[in-house]
Amino acid sequence: MNWYPFLTGLSAPQQLHIPDGFLSAPVAIIGWVLAVLTIAYALRQTREQLGERQIPLLGVLAAFIFAAQAINFPVAGGTSGHLLGGALAAIVLGPWAAVLVMTAVIALQGLLFQDGGLLVMGWNIINMGILTAFTGYLIYLAIKRIGGSEQRSILIGGAIGAWLSVEVGASATAIQLALSGTTPLNIGLPAMFGVHALIGIGEALITVGALALILRSRPDLLRQGEQAGGTASAAWVAGGLLISLIVAIFSFAASGSPDGLERVAEDHGFIGSALDPVYHILPDYTIPFIPNETVSGIVAVVLGTLVVFGVAMMIGRMIKTERAESHS
Amino acid sequence: MHIHFTDQYHEGESLIHRLDPRVKVILTVTFILTVSLTPFGAFGSYVMLFALLMATAVSAHMAPIYLLKRSIIALPFALAAITLPFTVPGDTLATVPIFGGITISQAGTIRFVSILIKSWLSVQMAIILVTVTPFPAVLWALRALRLPSPLIAIVSLMYRYLFVLYEEATRLLRARAARSATVDGVRSGGSIVWRGQVAGRMAGSLMLRSFERSERIYNAMLARGYKGQLRTVAHSHLQTIDFLVGTVTVLILLTILLFARIW
Amino acid sequence: MHHKIEVRNLEYTYPDGRKALHGVSFSIAPGEKVALVGPNGAGKSTLMLHLNGILEGKGSIHVAGLELSDKNMGQVRAAVGLVFQNPDDQLFSPTVFDDVAFGPLHMGLDEATVRRRVQDALAAVGMGEYIERNSHHLSIGEKKRIAIATVLSMQPEILVLDEPTAGLDPRARRQLINLLHELDMTMLVSTHDMPMVPELFERTLIMEGGKVVAAGCTCELLADQALLQQHGLEL
Repeated sequence: MNWYPFLTGLSAPQQLHIPDGFLSAPVAIIGWVLAVLTIAYALRQTREQLGERQIPLLGVLAAFIFAAQAINFPVAGGTSGHLLGGALAAIVLGPWAAVLVMTAVIALQGLLFQDGGLLVMGWNIINMGILTAFTGYLIYLAIKRIGGSEQRSILIGGAIGAWLSVEVGASATAIQLALSGTTPLNIGLPAMFGVHALIGIGEALITVGALALILRSRPDLLRQGEQAGGTASAAWVAGGLLISLIVAIFSFAASGSPDGLERVAEDHGFIGSALDPVYHILPDYTIPFIPNETVSGIVAVVLGTLVVFGVAMMIGRMIKTERAESHS
Repeated sequence: MHIHFTDQYHEGESLIHRLDPRVKVILTVTFILTVSLTPFGAFGSYVMLFALLMATAVSAHMAPIYLLKRSIIALPFALAAITLPFTVPGDTLATVPIFGGITISQAGTIRFVSILIKSWLSVQMAIILVTVTPFPAVLWALRALRLPSPLIAIVSLMYRYLFVLYEEATRLLRARAARSATVDGVRSGGSIVWRGQVAGRMAGSLMLRSFERSERIYNAMLARGYKGQLRTVAHSHLQTIDFLVGTVTVLILLTILLFARIW
Repeated sequence: MHHKIEVRNLEYTYPDGRKALHGVSFSIAPGEKVALVGPNGAGKSTLMLHLNGILEGKGSIHVAGLELSDKNMGQVRAAVGLVFQNPDDQLFSPTVFDDVAFGPLHMGLDEATVRRRVQDALAAVGMGEYIERNSHHLSIGEKKRIAIATVLSMQPEILVLDEPTAGLDPRARRQLINLLHELDMTMLVSTHDMPMVPELFERTLIMEGGKVVAAGCTCELLADQALLQQHGLEL
């Protein structure tokens, strides 16, 4: 239909904080599970890296991110560029510390100011706190590795990392909305991706400006962030999450239908039949209010994601042990 | 952003104020979960949920107007759902005579309206929670409900320094505004890239100062015997009224949900 | 060029409902240097934020021949240079040059003019050699002078300073007082540093509770012990 582009432009919110009601309960709960796992791991990692400094450093830096989100600059016609901060936090603090900092910001925004809902906070944390941090960090590292440690590659890495982090966060939001049957993917994804391509430029400019200043005054801080351990496991976990999301995109891409999870679960009826044994083991097992097909769909996604996660953690741990052994 | 630094919490002595913060947190989440599980189009249930919401607000001595005004915050996100009347298949409700005729379906419209209502109900309950519970009590409740204490400690410290850092950012913005002058006949403002850079530098200098501030705070904590854990005392103890209100509310919510599913 | 300030019945209420200014009126003649004194919370800083339009209250404000309105904010800021109390909040660029150049760059001036203005402004505050330095590592006295330079580079007609000597050691304080003495501009300076007042300022305004409670010749005001005591001031 030739009016799709019109709808597309209209349906992209500029802020990524999803309020309650826009994601379905199953989708929201999956988000919480993934967020909790990642946060738990981040708490462990940062406790190892930072020791007692964990609380004062991350607490004040969370307040910083919150305040820094108010620092904007005029772009055109009354709109302004602003900072989300996940990439910047990850580049300076390391990805796991950044996850905690952003989680604190998002939690406070949701709880205290109702910027973002409570049930959907799991996904908000993932979109704005975890995906942004990992994307920004890994791109930054990759470009530094390619380009060497001079200022230029740091700034380019920061810029691209920041821009991409916003796009990844926005795309993930679109996917969750599609899975919940709120916005069809073929409208939501291009809309979010497009709008946030512009917003991402603001993020990139501010991130680079900040990095440039920090580089000039306290380059030691940037070096600390890079050496923040857990890079390898971060890469695997990030890879795992991204793969899960890509799989989700391909599963739903063909479906312009707004029925999201239910419809796809029907389409892929084989998932349901593969899980028949489960229903035999637990006869009459139905979750009230949720049809069986949806249960199959949910179980499939959750299992799949947990498997990828688990594999990622295992590999991460193996790499760490190997490294430790080769150093000793 | 929408910052109301005038405290979200409004002091009061109502029944709701006196409830254990853990119960209030659990009931808020349960309410929002119930709203989420209520199917689209269950308008009867939405009305009942709204009634429950208003009853809570009234017993907390809150003015419904206050609730209404603050609930507007979720409105911009309604854009995300705006395609539903056009894309969900179903009986046609109306046809818009542009682009060769766009159909608006009944199912899509019901879904769209339902999402808006559900979102609106949820945000209002969340507003009530922080209006009748001081934020430190909310944090304590989360910690008592087994959320990891380092995370709660981080949010606590953040909350303590939120205003301080926000003020610093405000002063940076004012300092920039004070130097944002124009001259007749010359185009001002610099390029977008320059403006972005400046904003970035402001953020960067604030970040550096935050690092230094965190060091000072760490030292102050050490000077008072800090060893990595922040300890707190219990904020409140569960009483009969908590169990009573909790059970009654959960039963009401379950009833509304069942009603919605069966109706 | 008019170089003067005229404020009539300025009232201001904070967003949270607190009334900060209860009808402030005063005027400052071209070239005059005036001190603004009073206890904390009197509204001195709030008043100053109105003079370049950062805060908007009720009443009328004329500065440098312009009546403040939404439309001429850019010109007002070119004419009124406001220097805040905490230099850290004003020095947000990597080098001193960048910070002092910000004003002229924003105004859209060409590179040669910008460079000249930066050099002149730094020379005026005696910080010419610091042009390539990183402001992060400077002493507070040096930062305060550079903060003044960041505003001088816009070549304003009027200088408004919020507690310029706060936090300075005696040597840095003396340097700053000398600097203010040398700058030949209309000035309004808020301060708790009472000994500085008779040295630099012909006229003094005393503020308390959001109002100007006394205005007049510095020597007269400061000789009135009862008046000073009443408003929590001491020499």
